[in-house]
Amino acid sequence: MRPAGRRLIRDLLLSPFIDYGFLRRALVGCWALAVAAPPLGLFLMLRRMSLTADVLAHGILPGVAAGFLLAGLSLPAMAAGGLVAGLAVALGAGALARATGGREDASLAALYLVALALGVALVSWRGGAVELTTLLFGSVLGVDDAALLLMAGTATLTLAALALAWRPLVLECFDPGFAQAVGARGAWWHMAFLALVVLNLIAAFQALGTLMAVGLMMLPAIAARHWARQVGGMTYAAVGIAALSAYAGLLLSFHADVPSGPAVVLAAGTAWGLSVLCGPVDGLLARWWRRPHLAG
Amino acid sequence: MTPRPIHLADLTLAHQRRPAVHHVSGRFAPGSLTAVVGPNGAGKSTLLRALAGLHRPDGGRIEGAAGQVALLPQAAALDRAFPIACLDVVLFGLWREVGAFRAVPSAGRDRARDALAAVGLTGFERRPVGSLSVGQFQRLLFARLLLQDAPVILLDEPFNALDSRTAADMLALVHRWHGEGRTVVAVLHDLEMVRREFPETLLLARDCLGWGPTAEVLTAANRLRARMMAEAWAADPADCGRQDAA
Repeated sequence: MRPAGRRLIRDLLLSPFIDYGFLRRALVGCWALAVAAPPLGLFLMLRRMSLTADVLAHGILPGVAAGFLLAGLSLPAMAAGGLVAGLAVALGAGALARATGGREDASLAALYLVALALGVALVSWRGGAVELTTLLFGSVLGVDDAALLLMAGTATLTLAALALAWRPLVLECFDPGFAQAVGARGAWWHMAFLALVVLNLIAAFQALGTLMAVGLMMLPAIAARHWARQVGGMTYAAVGIAALSAYAGLLLSFHADVPSGPAVVLAAGTAWGLSVLCGPVDGLLARWWRRPHLAG
Repeated sequence: MTPRPIHLADLTLAHQRRPAVHHVSGRFAPGSLTAVVGPNGAGKSTLLRALAGLHRPDGGRIEGAAGQVALLPQAAALDRAFPIACLDVVLFGLWREVGAFRAVPSAGRDRARDALAAVGLTGFERRPVGSLSVGQFQRLLFARLLLQDAPVILLDEPFNALDSRTAADMLALVHRWHGEGRTVVAVLHDLEMVRREFPETLLLARDCLGWGPTAEVLTAANRLRARMMAEAWAADPADCGRQDAA
């Protein structure tokens, strides 16, 4: 390759992270979350709870907004508020699911609309459009030392917890009746799992925004379905896709000057689109390209 | 291994207050082989789920079931597209031994392979369950049941979707369990098979219409009553209020 071409690639792909510390921090933080959040998204998807993840992401917004009202753009206040609100919504969504006999989608939609409206109203009351955009869609400038520690700490805790809870979580997803019958305490594991989901959404909201944080969790997980046939392989695929999406999304955010949250989610969305198209498992191309059947 | 007897004492099981099993009393003797028959909606599956501890009684009691029961659910109740390998499904049968955290001993893996072989799924260890047919999936659940090694075994429509040869193989498994002294309770629709293979029968149509030796229970008169009772569905029933001496 000619030196000019090499320099162009360097300018596009590497220099932003070399030249700007804030972008480097955002990348490190997002990579930490890219390792932890997609496995959670995978379990949400397998339990047919993809919508619940969205509800939780919206649910933390009023809490974050309340923290913002009380203390301004202070991470501890907003994270604490978001944690309380997120856990309350997780419990509420669980109660709704039981009360409606598993037909909770309409109630969940109602819940997240109300949460979004309440959050936006609270932020707009005292803050301006800039704060609102920052809270909803994230800003790479928001990743300070405290945020970075929160992201890394959350990722560490999540990975340790997943390593411990892997077997009961898989069982509870695959056959909850069996889990209950053998006394696996599925409901207890499930609540701990939802708490991890909330924690990951909160750790991500500074970099990606409350509305977009769920994208790094769900989209790689949904895309991973097209790359592997078992939970283990799907997890690796989801983590890889999330890490690439974070990198590509931050570059897009830098070069095109769009908020980091939507940029990362768009990158993850592109990865999802490519997976649907080219993935070896149930991919569209694999379906169109009809190879001759095997001998047995 | 020796099972304890299971007593139903004036047992009522309801869905949203509508009784699915209504004031049933009786006893599954240790080592008995019982078929539960009755029309659709007669409460057969609900009774099995209650015996497995998955449905709390709305009245009366179940005594002696806790801790010794393994249930084969209807295969239709599970997500057959779940991304998991066959061997891992079977290994869940060891849950009571290894729990959430302990490693599966290599002897346990051998037992799981033997169980797969016993249901005719040799070589399926790494296959994802999504690639199995309905009948193969049902056999996989039988293999998990083998690994659970429970004194009391509950089967909910175990032979549905099985071809006749596989059904015969699984029936042989049921007789093996019976021969080992386990208590076996199976929900079935094939009355010919019940007459041929199951010494005891519980005829259920919400109320218990007969429970005892199969030939005495499966009379034409009883079966007619069963059909009539299960289809009755009052629009606005009053509270039951019946109190049987348990």
